[in-house]
Amino acid sequence: MLCQECGVKPATLHFTKIVNGEKTEFHICESCAREKGELIPGTAGGFSIHSLLSGLLDLEGAGKEKSAATKTTQSLVCENCGMTYSQFSKMGRFGCSSCYKYFNSALDPLFKRVHGSTGHVGKIPKRAGAQIMARRQIDELKQELLQSITQEEFETAAQLRDQIRKLEKEIAQE
Amino acid sequence: MSNLRFTEQALSDWMRSGGDHSEIVISSRMRIARNLQHLPFPLLATTEQSEEVLAQLAPVFPGEAAGELGTFELLKLDELKELDKKVLVEKHLISPNLANDSHGGAVILNEDESVSIMINEEDHLRIQCLFPGLHVREAWERATAIDDIFEAAVNYAFDDTRGYLTSCPTNVGTGLRASVMVHLPALVMTHQINRILSAVNQVGLTVRGIYGEGSEAVGNIFQISNQITLGQTESEIIENLHSVVAQIIEHEGNARQRLLADSALRITDRVMRSYGILSYAAVMELKESAQRLSDVRLGVDLGILEGPSISVLNELNVKTQPGFLEKLFGDEMTSTERDMFRAKLLRETLGKQH
Repeated sequence: MLCQECGVKPATLHFTKIVNGEKTEFHICESCAREKGELIPGTAGGFSIHSLLSGLLDLEGAGKEKSAATKTTQSLVCENCGMTYSQFSKMGRFGCSSCYKYFNSALDPLFKRVHGSTGHVGKIPKRAGAQIMARRQIDELKQELLQSITQEEFETAAQLRDQIRKLEKEIAQE
Repeated sequence: MSNLRFTEQALSDWMRSGGDHSEIVISSRMRIARNLQHLPFPLLATTEQSEEVLAQLAPVFPGEAAGELGTFELLKLDELKELDKKVLVEKHLISPNLANDSHGGAVILNEDESVSIMINEEDHLRIQCLFPGLHVREAWERATAIDDIFEAAVNYAFDDTRGYLTSCPTNVGTGLRASVMVHLPALVMTHQINRILSAVNQVGLTVRGIYGEGSEAVGNIFQISNQITLGQTESEIIENLHSVVAQIIEHEGNARQRLLADSALRITDRVMRSYGILSYAAVMELKESAQRLSDVRLGVDLGILEGPSISVLNELNVKTQPGFLEKLFGDEMTSTERDMFRAKLLRETLGKQH
């Protein structure tokens, strides 16, 4: 079989591309393949994490009929940098930190697919995050409080309750 | 322009000591992605905005000594020669992305090159710490300490629910990419590698070859890293990686012992052949040299060969890369010339060991 691009050299690469359920077969030679790098997974500059991601991001738009909800999502715009959701879904990257706010309604399903969860539980910046840290500490203490109540350790529970009250007061003052 | 200190030596000083499990683990790397509040990410930033990012971040690490890490030096990418950029990439001190596509890009390196802080890469700030051998916890301790120093001086883009905001949705949350570089020749030889790699993928880690985005591992060297950055704490990510790598070390160790027990002659022959070819060949392609160096490394680890040292082999892995060869033997060479000079370098380095 000859290469379907140049028609001169024998086709040495055969692969099938499936986009939205539509199959396309390619039979090309190596030099044409190199020129068409974007077609071939694993070649430099081609199949990047971003192109993979944009596939994920566009998942909702992959159906034949775009739902009204998808249309609204696609028309979301970040008022800070001007990036639209549809640009974001093509590039696979946010334009600025405010994009997270303006695209927020569409991000939960995306993060769920990429990370399996939607909320951060790790490190918090020390300076900017004092409040968040305190709130997290309160949540943890409340958990402990519940546990000590079920285990009928009422003295510990009382101590925990006082600690929670104190922290809540501190937050309210800030 | 004077010669750049950081591209003179193939092997960073931090790589000279072996570290834990150095017979299998080459290095541990921790990378933290951070961005500044209010400024657009580098992808959309104007020249003035990129300069603003650099102006905010550059003075945080002053030129003078910063404790045990030694002196830091800032390099602006557009002031570097193309060849120096290439070598910095080959040494993993900067990313290809920073070398080729950034505007207003810069990197801050410390004396032994174990810390590399990239500015205006995909994110405003990327802190990278490297350790020899398996030391993911130590690498995290150092990276988070550097992160704290920056955070005391600048305002990060941080969100209550999403965590540290990054340009790419795959980094949001912790912004942490923890990775370990491992040499797994016995698992490759005994065809167990694919089974293990697919198991690794199922626990939220990814594996890829080094020097290249593709999955092909040159010289049986693989990089294992976390995929998930959101919804897990940093210590969960690090402990998960650590325990998976510890298991891989065990499997590789077992496979090596079995090779030695079942086919000692075959494996000895393979190691000696590769050592012989590297010591005497006149033309050597990169792919072949990587494979043969892997054989020799295995031979040293198994006690089949007494030398060269692991540090010499690590050095050769970097020196045989195209950029470094040009650095050693002169700019602008054809690929045949490069293969010839690579063979010469290997002959001169390994020939001496006899």
